[in-house]
Amino acid sequence: MRRWLMLLLLAAASLGSPGVPAGEAKPLAEDELTEKRLIAIASELRCLVCQNESLAGSHAELANDLRREIRTLIRDGKSDSEIMEFMVNRYGDFVRYRPPLTGTTLLLWFGPGALFVVGLAALVRYLRRRDRAISDTPLTPDEQGRADTLLQDPDSRQGQP
Amino acid sequence: MNRFLWPLIGFVVLVALLAVGLNLNPRDVPSPLVGQPAPLFALPRLDAPEKEFSPQDMLGKPWLLNVWASWCVSCRQEHPVLVELAKRQTVPLIGLNYKEVRGDGGIDIDKLAPGNEKKMVIARAAEWLGKHGNPYTLSVLDMDGRVGIDYGVYGVPETYVIDRAGIIRMKHTGPITPEVFAGKILPLLAELSK
Repeated sequence: MRRWLMLLLLAAASLGSPGVPAGEAKPLAEDELTEKRLIAIASELRCLVCQNESLAGSHAELANDLRREIRTLIRDGKSDSEIMEFMVNRYGDFVRYRPPLTGTTLLLWFGPGALFVVGLAALVRYLRRRDRAISDTPLTPDEQGRADTLLQDPDSRQGQP
Repeated sequence: MNRFLWPLIGFVVLVALLAVGLNLNPRDVPSPLVGQPAPLFALPRLDAPEKEFSPQDMLGKPWLLNVWASWCVSCRQEHPVLVELAKRQTVPLIGLNYKEVRGDGGIDIDKLAPGNEKKMVIARAAEWLGKHGNPYTLSVLDMDGRVGIDYGVYGVPETYVIDRAGIIRMKHTGPITPEVFAGKILPLLAELSK
């Protein structure tokens, strides 16, 4: 029943999405090498309009402009780090998906790892404590009987469709 | 009791972090340009397209640079604040008309005859200012958005406060609300005008 409901919901969601006609793909620049470098650089950069999309994948107007700008810089013979600097000088470290390691980004870089270690330590501590707390008490004949009926009789199971 | 203490503390900390984090404005990205000299440019003026304006013309007095376009909906929202500012005549307000034609999703620039863009930009910008009032000392035309990129523009409207020496002292992204104007921009201007 629940599965059907999910399917129905999914179908409804896919119907509801607006059928935006995809625009025709713009022809790649004649220079394949430039394009490759552009994609490599742009994948490292955040689109400021959509924020969770890379500059390489974004369709935002500004992303188009910035890709054009990067293309020009590549043709001018600028190195990748010079282009990165160009972007960071204008939009800040926020444009980089891998911001440099500074005092303010320490938490960003190591916070998740530290949190994981703390969580792991807490889990180990908890499991060890529980291990000590559990003593091997055998089931009483009454409990054993109830367990057997539950295991044998499919009708008494719960939570199954 | 003790069993629930730590999960409870964890939950409270999480709620506190979310309360702070979710109330931050993700559009409020600190600009690296604050404290830096305003990037130079020379762009045609809206009122006299044969003449050019450059930030160097403003050296010696604090001024505001406001990025706007007629297609920008939030610009209409902040416009009354700008008109109010112009009435007080505190500092010059320069408008950077940003991608007036190219930024409008309804126009395909490739289908436009090459010489027509500037004419169209001027007509559209002037019409908009005629309709909503013109608070700008003057506006300049950044038709392809190159100057916008130098200023790190990523969402119109944006406003820059620039001091006498041509250093950017503040950047505000998004419409200027009366609160931002009275609470941040005016005090800063008063300090810079001393």
